[in-house]
Amino acid sequence: MNMKLDRRSFLRVTSIAGGGFILSSVVPGALAEGSKAEAAVTSAELNAFIKVSSDGKITIYSANAEMGQGIKTTLPMIIAEELGARWEDVEVLQSPVNQELFGLQMAGGSTTVPRTWNQMRQMGASAREMFISAGSLVMELPREELKTQNSMVTHESGRSMTFGQLASLAAKQAVPDVETLEFKSREDYTIIGTSISGVDNLVIVTGTALFGIDTRVPDMLYAAYHKCPAIGGTVVSANIEEIKALPGIVDAFIVEGNDDPTELLDGIAIVGTNTFAVFDAKSKLKVKWDESDASTDSWTALVEQAKAKQSQRGDDEIVDKGDVRAAFANPDTTTIEAFYEYPFVAHLCMEPMNCTAHYKKGKGLLDDDTLEMWVPTQGPGRALSIADSMFGLGKDQVTVHQMRLGGSFGRRVYKEYIAEVIEISKRMEAPVKLTWTREDDIRHDFFRSGGFQSVKGAVDKQGKLVAFENHFFGMQHDGKPVSGSRFGANEFPILNIENAYASKTMFEIDIPCGPWRAPGSNTNAFVVQGFLDELAHAGGRDYLDFLLELMGEPRWFDEGNVRSLNTGRAAGVIKRAAKEAGWGRQMPTGRGLGLAFYLSHAGHIAEVAEVSVDANKKLTVHQVTVAVDVGPIINRSGAISQVQGAVIDGLSTMMAQKITFEKGRVQQSNFHDYPVLRMPDAPRVDVHFIESDYSPTGLGEPALPPLAPAVANAIFAASGHRVRKMPLVEEGYTM
Amino acid sequence: MPSYQMTVNGVDQEIEAEPNMPLLWVLRDLLGLVGTKFGCGIAQCGACTVHIDDIPMPACSVTVAAVAGRSVRTIEGLADGAQLHPLQKEWIAQDVAQCGYCQSGQLMSAAALLKRNPNPTDDDIDDAMAGSYCRCGTYIRIRSAIHSAASQMAANYVNAAEKKV
Ligand code: FES
Ligand code: FES
Repeated sequence: MNMKLDRRSFLRVTSIAGGGFILSSVVPGALAEGSKAEAAVTSAELNAFIKVSSDGKITIYSANAEMGQGIKTTLPMIIAEELGARWEDVEVLQSPVNQELFGLQMAGGSTTVPRTWNQMRQMGASAREMFISAGSLVMELPREELKTQNSMVTHESGRSMTFGQLASLAAKQAVPDVETLEFKSREDYTIIGTSISGVDNLVIVTGTALFGIDTRVPDMLYAAYHKCPAIGGTVVSANIEEIKALPGIVDAFIVEGNDDPTELLDGIAIVGTNTFAVFDAKSKLKVKWDESDASTDSWTALVEQAKAKQSQRGDDEIVDKGDVRAAFANPDTTTIEAFYEYPFVAHLCMEPMNCTAHYKKGKGLLDDDTLEMWVPTQGPGRALSIADSMFGLGKDQVTVHQMRLGGSFGRRVYKEYIAEVIEISKRMEAPVKLTWTREDDIRHDFFRSGGFQSVKGAVDKQGKLVAFENHFFGMQHDGKPVSGSRFGANEFPILNIENAYASKTMFEIDIPCGPWRAPGSNTNAFVVQGFLDELAHAGGRDYLDFLLELMGEPRWFDEGNVRSLNTGRAAGVIKRAAKEAGWGRQMPTGRGLGLAFYLSHAGHIAEVAEVSVDANKKLTVHQVTVAVDVGPIINRSGAISQVQGAVIDGLSTMMAQKITFEKGRVQQSNFHDYPVLRMPDAPRVDVHFIESDYSPTGLGEPALPPLAPAVANAIFAASGHRVRKMPLVEEGYTM
Repeated sequence: MPSYQMTVNGVDQEIEAEPNMPLLWVLRDLLGLVGTKFGCGIAQCGACTVHIDDIPMPACSVTVAAVAGRSVRTIEGLADGAQLHPLQKEWIAQDVAQCGYCQSGQLMSAAALLKRNPNPTDDDIDDAMAGSYCRCGTYIRIRSAIHSAASQMAANYVNAAEKKV
């Protein structure tokens, strides 16, 4: 192996025996001579980002967790585009877990695409320049006259050489300086913007092992883990001997946790020869719990507390701008108030939480303990960190295999299922696959937090919004707001109007909460876009005009910050959705259109829902028209699929999903009492992209928040009934 | 432990298991056929759908004892050797899957539908597929892929018939 290193570009080229080219990325700081990254790069081709072998095969390693958001296809498309590869020549493999080499291998918050857009382009363009240099040497043509396309270096004379032919020589070229790289312009794209079928699709449709739950290793045992239904309860005693005597059971034991739901809670581990044996034994467990320190949270109590304070301002001020009181008192304004409510919801990943671990005891001194794990996680680095913090295993003792995720939606940023299986495998000194039952998965989730908002607003004689006030009721744990339980001072429309006031009251809870597809946005959108529609009606206005008037002149609210509201982008998607949906057309009785806009995760998205409501409150959502501005679209097929999925997910959640808890116990347990939208109820989804020139941003989350208010506003248009509470089944609606 | 005979994807199998062990875990844990997925365990989600004597059934809720002597087909046996089933081809062509976890069950439900109704309407598809949840919301593409596979199968049938003539 011969290695060349260019320290400015942080890219490293390597040639491989038999002729071939590898370009890998190295983070600054990891470059110190003899550092681990250095060793890893030279040790195995697996650590490369791009490999071109002499037979012309191009392998691109995808470092991020695939959970259905399409990232394993999208990022390689960007590299292949800049390289000038033919997609048919590209194979994508999941790279091993190594954050020093691959950077933050973390998917979530729709941040992967924006974070890596330039990095991927640099990688592809650097390789392209090296192939052009090689081509120029061999063909004896000036490099300025050469370009790459279809996995070849070509010249206008018609002469060309394939990447395969040039791979060895390309590997001997200097890595170009990042500053000198020029990226392709959008008109020249042949891969970005097209529809590429997911790289794992063949494996998926043939049922080949792929997901964490499919892991099988020699001599593997199967485990279940049973925790206290009231979060934080500890084990006093259990019928362990009875359980051990059941068929297929190898062992059962009490695990003492550390009282941290994100790490390891007390529970009973049951280990056996197959999943059924351990699930069956689990159902026969009799446990005495000590619940003196367990959660006593009650949803009904939270509802009562919020309702009691709904006409007051909150404990803490969020923003005070202009003079809302004067605006409300002005006799020329119309003022309305409303109380909105939304429940806790679960992630309900189709693949329940699971993990496989093999803890091997070392023989001491120079023979350390080792750990190998097969983990379905959004952030494999967390498996490393928990192995270190809880089990004292350094990175060189741990191997992590990143598995595909059967859904995540924010759930698999947590690592407690990893800690549980490490603990069990360590006790058993054997490879163990831990599988949660669906009941475990629903009851021991990190929920999307529920909450309440008491809102007030005023419109003037022209029906223009002049004041907005909100009392936000959120959830906190140990004095810190839980994920997504926030209402910010820059929440739309606060920045757009003169008089605004927001305050909050936070309730302390123990039920664990966590990020859930578009955290915060998925509930704030429902309230704000629903209430603004109410205000438009109060002012005798059409909501489309009202919303566009609020947006005003095209501008950024925070110049240079693509995550802030750009009123021009907002107006663009609002107008587009309205036009495509035929906004303003005459509707038959009982049928209506509802519009909503929301900005989240830098995605400006507007949706129009077309809904019918019959006399028995039976709903039909006929169609949802979506206009999206997330910049250029990379994989059109994946992008459309994300939008369709977000709409269906949003409707599914809005329709019937609600987690309640009393005495700290979650009361739902499986699909029968926590239903998912079924195929017959899925609306048509019509997707339109405005491909602005801003850097592309993620699409896993932002299409979800506008759905609920669009449907709620459509229900009002169809029936005159204002929906201020989710899920809709609690308001008497069915599908 | 009792033992049971069955055919799985055309191969005779002798299974030693507790009589109440669901077929799902026989397939996944004893035979290593992990394409059939666990979603709920209570016949609610359809992730575990397999064919038992050509009828789509939730493998999580059928015991090994009840399957004795019968013929089981799983996602691993949907293709005809290297020749993918038209549904599998359409699933790839239309990029149906998101996370992909529910798709084995979706494909098996769809294959059973096309077997008994080669030319289904939207309503027929909705009825047949209503028991298969997709948490990622891929229903729109599933519906469209089933239609395309159905017309492809009809065309193949016509071609084959014409060749014979
Ligand atoms: S696992 Fe069998 S129907 Fe859900
Ligand atoms: S593709 Fe994820 S559950 Fe269907």
